[in-house]
Amino acid sequence: MVDVIKSLGIEVLFAMPGGSFGDLHESVINYGNNEKPEFYTCMHEETSAAMACGYAKIEHKPALICAHGTVGLQHATMNIYEAWCDRVPLLAIMGNSADAARRGGDVGWVHSVQDTCAIVRDYTKWDDSPMSLQHFAESMVRAYKIAMTPQYGPVALVAEQELQGSPVPRQAPRIPKLSMASPPSGDAAAVAEAARMLVAAENPCIVASRAVHTDQGMKLMVELAETLQCSVVDQHRRMNFPTHHPLNQTLRANPAGKPVSGQPINEADVILALESGDLFTTVRGARNKPNPAKLINISAGDLVIKSNYQDFMRYTETDIAMAADPEATLPTLIEACKKLITADRRRTMDARGMKLADQQRQARERHKTDAAYGWDSSPISTARLAAEIWAQIKNEDWSYVTEAFWIREWPHRLWKMDKHYQYIGGSGAEAVGFTAGGALGAAVANKKYGRLTVAIQPDGDLMVAPGVLWTAAHHKIPILYIMHNNRAYHQEVMGIQGVANRRQRGVDRIHIGTKIDNPNIDYSKLAQGLGVEAEGPINDPKDLAAAIRRGVQAAKSGRPYLIDAVTQPR
Amino acid sequence: MKKTLLVLVLFFSVTGWSRQQTTAGDATKGKATFLRVGCYECHGTAGQGGTGPHLGPNPRSLESLIAFVRKPTGMPAYSPKVLSDADIADIRAYLASVPAPPAVASIPLLNQ
Repeated sequence: MVDVIKSLGIEVLFAMPGGSFGDLHESVINYGNNEKPEFYTCMHEETSAAMACGYAKIEHKPALICAHGTVGLQHATMNIYEAWCDRVPLLAIMGNSADAARRGGDVGWVHSVQDTCAIVRDYTKWDDSPMSLQHFAESMVRAYKIAMTPQYGPVALVAEQELQGSPVPRQAPRIPKLSMASPPSGDAAAVAEAARMLVAAENPCIVASRAVHTDQGMKLMVELAETLQCSVVDQHRRMNFPTHHPLNQTLRANPAGKPVSGQPINEADVILALESGDLFTTVRGARNKPNPAKLINISAGDLVIKSNYQDFMRYTETDIAMAADPEATLPTLIEACKKLITADRRRTMDARGMKLADQQRQARERHKTDAAYGWDSSPISTARLAAEIWAQIKNEDWSYVTEAFWIREWPHRLWKMDKHYQYIGGSGAEAVGFTAGGALGAAVANKKYGRLTVAIQPDGDLMVAPGVLWTAAHHKIPILYIMHNNRAYHQEVMGIQGVANRRQRGVDRIHIGTKIDNPNIDYSKLAQGLGVEAEGPINDPKDLAAAIRRGVQAAKSGRPYLIDAVTQPR
Repeated sequence: MKKTLLVLVLFFSVTGWSRQQTTAGDATKGKATFLRVGCYECHGTAGQGGTGPHLGPNPRSLESLIAFVRKPTGMPAYSPKVLSDADIADIRAYLASVPAPPAVASIPLLNQ
């Protein structure tokens, strides 16, 4: 089994130990010399799966997680669902004992299951329960291929204890060669028609959410936008387009939140949507106006869809739909557009581009003005927090690995981002309990490149599985956690406040079940207790700069560091 | 566990704001009420903005503010039973009392 795993180039294994995969565990650390994959000890299977997501979003290849087929997988499910919703490749191996005659005692029975993967089948691309080592070899290679073929997603295999523990037969199983499928690309006729519409459009707009997997994808996005001189709205599920590129109109879309929709999209006469998650909401304004915008949608989402969980979003009418990977389709689309652009169209496009650049400059100034409000306030404003972080990291090779939505997208509003690993989006499943582990997995991937990993960590999320900090310390994973400590499940505070207001019952009790105070959690002490250097709580924004400098230095020296910043709700 | 995409946005339009009634209300009481009834959850403890826009230091007129709070767009209404006109006047006084934000040009961090 370890030979198969090694043949796939899998570098990391995230797991909390469990007896049902103990034989495989021992083989990884001894027979495999704990190298490729290296075993990272996690303190919750939910953390294992979160780390695998963060790792894959940086490294563009899957990590492996292992868990008990019963109680471990039950823990891991939320962040396997996260991988599914966020279109992230992930390999999961679960231990089990299907043969009832071989189970040991009551623990063996309660840790065994008839259909291990049933619990995750609704949100994995594929699963299997191999009956032999040859079967395992073929299924593991197949699983890797499926996970890494767009649309990416999690896959699951069962490693029966008998299979793990039995000697390798004299005729050793053959490990099949991994033959990756080329990613699905748009049909030539559809690409040609899309190019015709985009070139003829007066005001085309590109909307991208999970379009870019690599730096090459980012370059292609820039090339297409510059070819057309059109507006681009980045919906921030990945880093799709440089923040300061003159054609980036995201700041005009939804200035204080996730740019799901907004002005540049509503103004468009042709929209090119690239893996835009909630496409219905995104284009609603543009489609419901007197002259509705035409919609071209390139998404691999139509290739992988299941019924039970509703992550496929509302059905959206389109004019051209390509069941394809955007990054794989962009080269042919760019070439098709270039062939159609006449000198007259070029002049029109260039004028449009200059106007967009001017609008972006104005929007950027407005955002700076917004950031100045509450500049010295305590608790610290999220704009001030972001600005203070930027001052300390802007000259480093940095990677920001937590969701910007929770701090009003301030990093995208104030920082200059132009590399795909500088932002990886947040939780695709919008699940509390993903962020801290996802960030650490990203830090594992960033470590070998010497990048500084920065996480702006919500307090409620950390407390779901705070053992992630011990994992960071134990494995010496360089990461700078800066707490966004608003002492509440703030989204829910607003939700309950809204309900209470609608019913006119007063808001005096909305703190019940929503606030994380009385007592306040001392995250600095928590982190120190788990072996991570930390400081805080910091209430005065003037104290942030020095603290962040210390944190950056620690992370650059290879150590995790946590700063507890007490912040405004958003 | 899920993020409900509930956006409680007070659309206190910047246009039409007035300082005509800054004498109405008690700013100290207004701050306490602002925090107690949860305005700060969307607008920040100093009314600087958050999920919702900034409200101070130039709040709209009292009449306009009361009308909006009773029948808002983008956020649930506060009835007189929950928030009296006098409470709103106090809140308005608090918002009028918060210091103006520093000029962007004077903040090096915003000019990096």
